Amino acid sequence: MSNSVRFFLNGQIHEASVRPDTTVLDWLRSAPRLTGTKEGCAEGDCGACSVLIGHVDGSEVKYHAANSCILAMGQIDGKALVTVEGLKTGELHPIQAAMAENGSSQCGFCTPGIVMSLAGLAAANPQADDEAIHDALAGNLCRCTGYRPIVEAARKVVAAGGAEITGPHVAAFAQIEPQPLLAEGGAVFHQPASLNELLTLRSEKPGAILLGGGTDLGVALADYHTDWDEVISLGSVREMRQVRETENHLSFGAAVTWEEVLARVGGHYPSLATLIRRFGSTQIRSMGTIGGNIGTASPIGDGPPALIALGAEIELASLSGHRFLALEDFFLDYRKTELRPNEVIASVSIPKPKPGQEFRVYKISKRYDQDISTVCGAFSIVREDGQVRSARIAFGGMAATPLRATEAEQVLVGTDFDERAANACAAAITARFQPLSDWRGSAEYRLQVASNLVERFRRDVAGETVEVMAL
Amino acid sequence: MNTDAKIVQRSIVGKGIAHDSAARHVAGEANYIDDMPELPGTLHAAFVLSPVAHGRLNSFDATEALAMEGVAGVWSAKDVPGHNEVGPIHTGETLFAEDIVDHEGRVIAVVAANDFETAYRAAKKVKLDIEPLEAVLDIEDAHRRKNYVVPVQEVVDGDVDTALADAPHVFSGKLKMGGQDHFYLETHIAYAIPGENGEMLVHSSTQHPTEVQHHVAGILGIHANAVECQVRRMGGGFGGKESQPTIIAGAAALIAAKTGKPCKMRLKRRDDMAGTGKRHDFVVNWKVGVDERGRILGLDAEYLARAGNLPDLTGPVITRALTHTDNSYHIPHARFVGHACKTNTVSNTAFRGFGGPQGIITIEAIIDTIARELKLEPNAVRAVNYYGDETGDTTPYGQKVDDNRLVEVTDAVLASADWQQRRAEIDAHNAANPVIRRGLAMMPVKFGISFNLTSLNQAGALVHVYLDGSIFLNHGGTEMGQGLFVKVAQVVAEVFQVELDMVRISSTATGKVPNTSATAASTGSDLNGMAAFKAATAIKARLTRVAAEHFDVEEEVIIYREGRVHADNRSVSFGELAKMAWAKRVQLSEAGHYATPKIHWDGKTMKGRPFFYFSYGAAVAEVAIDTLTGETRCLRADILQDVGSPLNPAIDLGQIEGAFVQGMGWVTCEELWWDKAGRLRTVGPSTYKIPGSRDVPPIFNVRILDNMPNREETVFRSKAIGEPPLMLGISIWLAIRDAIASIAGSVPQLDSPATPEAVLRSVREAKGRLKDS
Repeated sequence: MSNSVRFFLNGQIHEASVRPDTTVLDWLRSAPRLTGTKEGCAEGDCGACSVLIGHVDGSEVKYHAANSCILAMGQIDGKALVTVEGLKTGELHPIQAAMAENGSSQCGFCTPGIVMSLAGLAAANPQADDEAIHDALAGNLCRCTGYRPIVEAARKVVAAGGAEITGPHVAAFAQIEPQPLLAEGGAVFHQPASLNELLTLRSEKPGAILLGGGTDLGVALADYHTDWDEVISLGSVREMRQVRETENHLSFGAAVTWEEVLARVGGHYPSLATLIRRFGSTQIRSMGTIGGNIGTASPIGDGPPALIALGAEIELASLSGHRFLALEDFFLDYRKTELRPNEVIASVSIPKPKPGQEFRVYKISKRYDQDISTVCGAFSIVREDGQVRSARIAFGGMAATPLRATEAEQVLVGTDFDERAANACAAAITARFQPLSDWRGSAEYRLQVASNLVERFRRDVAGETVEVMAL
Repeated sequence: MNTDAKIVQRSIVGKGIAHDSAARHVAGEANYIDDMPELPGTLHAAFVLSPVAHGRLNSFDATEALAMEGVAGVWSAKDVPGHNEVGPIHTGETLFAEDIVDHEGRVIAVVAANDFETAYRAAKKVKLDIEPLEAVLDIEDAHRRKNYVVPVQEVVDGDVDTALADAPHVFSGKLKMGGQDHFYLETHIAYAIPGENGEMLVHSSTQHPTEVQHHVAGILGIHANAVECQVRRMGGGFGGKESQPTIIAGAAALIAAKTGKPCKMRLKRRDDMAGTGKRHDFVVNWKVGVDERGRILGLDAEYLARAGNLPDLTGPVITRALTHTDNSYHIPHARFVGHACKTNTVSNTAFRGFGGPQGIITIEAIIDTIARELKLEPNAVRAVNYYGDETGDTTPYGQKVDDNRLVEVTDAVLASADWQQRRAEIDAHNAANPVIRRGLAMMPVKFGISFNLTSLNQAGALVHVYLDGSIFLNHGGTEMGQGLFVKVAQVVAEVFQVELDMVRISSTATGKVPNTSATAASTGSDLNGMAAFKAATAIKARLTRVAAEHFDVEEEVIIYREGRVHADNRSVSFGELAKMAWAKRVQLSEAGHYATPKIHWDGKTMKGRPFFYFSYGAAVAEVAIDTLTGETRCLRADILQDVGSPLNPAIDLGQIEGAFVQGMGWVTCEELWWDKAGRLRTVGPSTYKIPGSRDVPPIFNVRILDNMPNREETVFRSKAIGEPPLMLGISIWLAIRDAIASIAGSVPQLDSPATPEAVLRSVREAKGRLKDS
């Protein structure tokens, strides 16, 4: 059995007979010998391997940057892949020209990846301001330049109105419809198109890997050279790609990416949008999904504490039906969840803000962008006439799972959330957790910060500027 | 022929010309070693690394690995036909562990296979029989046990004991500073291609091709003349590819020699970070005596450096730390002692600054402490200690500071940074804001240029003029992104007055220019630029004789301009002149050699004039810190840097900015973390955080000091630039201290890096004092 991966490679339809779990980076550098795309880390963190992925979104083709080192070939079936070699069409792309003129490269090894990230920005957001430029660069490390000339090159291109990506039109994508099954070299890659197909596959193949964006699983693939012999990819499941908005809820299909979530939540929860902008990078958020972030059940994932504090609910589906859980009840122990072998996470539902609600989430890490939380604390209170009626507080990085601090919540209820109440709440947090020490921070630091965040929250809702990045 | 660079006209040198590879970098067309087409039959190699910090290696079993399809073999110490040696200075630094493994990530064996994936997987299947031994992981623990890799070094001047005994005030302290991973984006790589008659061509991502050549020859047991090492460019080096590439190139060449097949070895990021050296972390114990104005009367400082398992370059790194402890300050009585502590961690190595940052952060912490203890403005304490007429101009190691620009650069940066007004604003902010505190600091840097070891200060270059007037340039320097190639090409184009693109930049190759020094110590353009200048001017002298004969004029009449050679109103093209010279059987090729003058160093007494000249710079940094979380942010930085008369101000600006941000990383977010078993757990960008674009101060003013030619006769009176501005990043650490000091007015207890955790700990200590008082 064999079924090639089919996609546009720099504008031309290409069929690659390759194991679908081969990384796009390894494939690019070997078979077509497109060596402009580099391996810097093989964990999706340095951006030297960045490429653009194009997909049809309504009536247009949209491109986003992705880390080809942690991207499996199966994931680009039915997509357009643009590499640094494809960006140059006779003459240099505007971002390439601006970077070459502006001293934006020194050793040059990170440069193709940076070019791709900024080309993605110039196409998607021609009005980008400095914050958007930094958002686009957050997934790209440069060790030589100190970034100033790179940011300046981006500003120049944006000031000139951005630049489109030359590539296939929407209609052309009909020639490369995603295929239900890819198979080569003993590896199979299922791409179900509907929830029903997915649930059938899931019940038949409970051992297969469920793949969302692959931003976590892909690290094992790339960095530790593990094999994925059987994958069920969720990216083409119609129902799981939908966003539904009702009067009181926003509901996201589990395969909705964080970039897509970001576009929908900012108006309701600005603090959540700020947090999401710090999830990995543009490359990671464009692939990583809300369901994957929950399903991977990392104790340091940033989605769960925020979503728990917001009172989110998840929908689990199997052939025998659907069930709904409060998100905090999904996590059982370190990387252990309520998900049964025949189930999938189908959707995540987030309540919209209530009158009097204040929600803030704070991520504390060594570096502001693209770092993993040492502590992530999420706070939500609802006040009436100045008095706290209800409270929800959750933390990541403080235990084996994302965890609510119910005692700390109770302390706040009925108070005016004054300094005394904040101190009592902080003490309850200190009593609640026994975090670990590791390279991100000692247990002592984690506890101290987690409890101090209550004071930050108090000052924040009182209107103070509480974060150095807000200066 | 006058070879003094300063009198030559400048039309190409001094221009801000883009990096020669810029257009190829952005198009993905600049080739690194991993991008080279692979020859048929190429093998790929992966190391078997020790999982334990210290142990007796009884044996290993590669049966399972060898049984895998595509595996070509496994080699270790016993398979080395020559010497199992890769040390840059000392013998006994083995490529493969012999009976003892002495750090996690120590190379035990190497596996080769038909593809990278198989080699990597096979390496993990090699079973190791290691009997664990007690591991020494802590610098101070090693010092207590007197475990050192090289003898102690001491810079002593005057009588420090008496000076301290007589001083009105004596303060002391301990400063811990972390190491730093280079995090070049291209990990270590080599591609070895066997030739006939025992020859070996090695493409190596190295700052030191000669060292790779010699060690490959030594490992294979052949003469150096059978080995050629080439490098076109590195994807970053920063010192990490000075001594370490011999490990990778040595293994690849061994496999190539054993199998007769080409062999490529590229390290995975985690193997690169676990298996190769970093910047040395230090612990410093110091004691200073001062008068009422904060004038230093005597300083006693004991440096404990983490050498790791081997000496490597630790000796010279300590020398530079000791010769930079003075930074910009005259210290009348000094005793600086440096111990190279042996630990069961990976051997540390060169990193941009090479001990200089460790020496300079120490004295800056001391100055800061003096000021806060005496309730003086830190910059006032700096000013009373600067080298100068009122203090003195001799360093503790005996070199005179005779090109002092300290007052110029510090006054100028304080003015351009609007110090007075911002100081007042920040103080007012802090008085009103308990949570977010701000801090401001200025610091100068004086950095000595030349390798401390005099013999390394030499370089060679090879220049050919072809009959079409095109020029081929080769020299011993390597390109790692710093723009060395374009700078040296500018020098050659300037000599001949031809367009820059008439000068072909070529890969560094040991067969073209032999016996070179590493491209290191900021000396790349000083040394290689001057060697190329000498080669080019020698050819030019011959061409001028030919032209004078041709036009029948005196040589003085001949002028080179815009690709032509003129005699009054007659001219020929440069290529026509080259053809004429060839017809007259004149040599159109020259090997230039340059040795830095005036320098000398006695390693026993630690006295001399190790540095040809000093480079000066100053920075002002402003930060905000969060006293609830310890998060920090640099809001503004102003830099003024002396580069003499720059060869290429655009390249120099890039070096200044990049070095500053790298220095900022060292003192803020970059933290190496070992677990209790001695395993480095920060082995990738997900755990080891270098600065990102948003960390760069939003207001970042970088200026080059105008019109200040080097007083020494360097190439076109330029100055080195690679390392000095890195240390300006320490200003951010000082500004964080300033912000912490605003809490209780006490001396901040802050080590480096100032991670959020370190800052919060220091903030809590300060708050504790506030409560006590």
